[in-house]
Amino acid sequence: MALFSLCLLALMVLAVVVGPFFWKVAINDIDFSARMTTPSMAHPMGTDDLGQDILARILYGGRISIAVGLAAMTMAIFVGVLIGSIAGMSKGWVDTALMWLTDLFLSLPQLPLLLLIIYLFRDSLKAMFGVEMGVFILIVLVIGGFRWMPVARLVRAQFFSLREKEFVEAARALGASQSRQVIRHILPNSLGPVIVAGTIDVAAAIIAESTLSFLGLGFPPDIPTWGRILFDSKDYLDIAPHWALFPGLAIFLTVLTINFVGDGLRDALDPRKVL
Amino acid sequence: MGPYILRRLLIALPSLLGISVVLFTVLALAPGDPFQELALNPNVPAEVKQALREKFGLDDPVWQRYFRWLWAMLHGDWGFSFISRVDVDTLIWQRVPVTLAVIGMSQLLALCIALPVGIIAAVKPYSWFDRIASSLAFIGFSLPTFFTGLLLILVFSIKLDWLPFVFRSDIPETGWAWWWANFKQAIMPITVLGLFQGASWMRYVRSAVLDVVRLDYVTTARSKGLAERVVIVKHVVRNALIPVVTLVALQMPAVFGGAIVTEQIFRIPGIGSLLIDAILRNDTPVIMAVTFVFSCLVIFFNLIADLLYGWLDPRISFR
Repeated sequence: MALFSLCLLALMVLAVVVGPFFWKVAINDIDFSARMTTPSMAHPMGTDDLGQDILARILYGGRISIAVGLAAMTMAIFVGVLIGSIAGMSKGWVDTALMWLTDLFLSLPQLPLLLLIIYLFRDSLKAMFGVEMGVFILIVLVIGGFRWMPVARLVRAQFFSLREKEFVEAARALGASQSRQVIRHILPNSLGPVIVAGTIDVAAAIIAESTLSFLGLGFPPDIPTWGRILFDSKDYLDIAPHWALFPGLAIFLTVLTINFVGDGLRDALDPRKVL
Repeated sequence: MGPYILRRLLIALPSLLGISVVLFTVLALAPGDPFQELALNPNVPAEVKQALREKFGLDDPVWQRYFRWLWAMLHGDWGFSFISRVDVDTLIWQRVPVTLAVIGMSQLLALCIALPVGIIAAVKPYSWFDRIASSLAFIGFSLPTFFTGLLLILVFSIKLDWLPFVFRSDIPETGWAWWWANFKQAIMPITVLGLFQGASWMRYVRSAVLDVVRLDYVTTARSKGLAERVVIVKHVVRNALIPVVTLVALQMPAVFGGAIVTEQIFRIPGIGSLLIDAILRNDTPVIMAVTFVFSCLVIFFNLIADLLYGWLDPRISFR
């Protein structure tokens, strides 16, 4: 199941990456004679209310959604590993304080805060990096900033058990500095669960980005991410259901396959199998 | 139990304070000034501007502003909505019951699905029932709530025309007809949220029961001759529920996030749709207050989870 999902996921990523080179319809090609047509040869996924080709928009939006997912995952893992390893190596109050911070972040209501931060900071970042880049940076930072906690907990737990192991003690006895112990010996051995958590994080970040766009607070209307296409289509459900179905299916399939791959990875990396 | 509840309450307070600090920091770091419009207005003389700034304490040190803000929030003085022209607290208290009703019902639905399905799947792991249920659970929590919501509207409101897709708070009927109309309009939102939560809880329940069901004390209970039903319900499930309660409590923020989306899709007049409206209309006091209410609700439900531990495992409350 995991392998099949991996193939399907790879296929979708490939389609999104190279698809626009083969399907050369512009995403903002307005054609009022073909408004909200059902799928046909000219428009395999139909058109929206301005006659724009939905396939082209989905391919373009997929790039953004997947880029956001990967970037937010990288950010979450980076922060998580950093905080987790600092907490895991230091005993006493540093560890306590960092874990209190982690627990605090875990009990924050994430979506309202996400919306609040985007509302407050959107305009200044847009002015700084341009519309597209500004929103991208903001969304990646915010989604990544709210997903590091599980990773930090995992890394800390791993560090606690690994740093007492014989091979780390041997390294310490040979005079390895603390940073060398961490980077060469402890960190590589604690990455298994982190990879699994990272996979799941990509899916969660894609859902978070689509949710924001679906609420009309993510990317601006001229950048068609999957959530944004769904948001635009929801008022025309009765006349053009295909418009909502294709982006929804794209999100669903991506998230489902990523989750299956993560599950497969967990089974492969976890020697303690149930039954 | 009494001292335990008190201790938990005392632990909840610092996290409430921490959340308020986070909220205030976000607000304080945000660019923009509430008096920006005034500052650009050439008709207002500089002295008046300065007097206004002093009156509202905008130039005070940050910590003073924080305590003043916190004091006002705790007093129930949440400000005045720029758009609706009413006090923010009346606006919010109108909306909270709807949100709590929808969330509560959907959580009940999720429990009614997750508990039996998860337990049956774990008692016979890798059977056909388990495989089908696990696959369905995977599909369930990979489907984003906004997509399931649209799908349900498409099928049940547009194609079949069975259920209304706009939630109305002013239903003209009275008596039983009122309940029936409310029930009809609440089915879809509750199903959307409940299925999503139920799918991920089912996996938690399954793995928690799997961890417990092979322990020695379960075998002991069976060899005493207890009925299988009693063994599962009294011995296995009660112990398996402890980690499940933890995970459910950790999911509370996500539940409220899902509620915001669902309220937006079905146009339910709850605090989630209030938040979105306020953001789209730049109504800052409402945004702050709603976020604060969401934080309080999350902490409140975490507290309930803590109390549930005490009931599930009496040893915890004596520690």
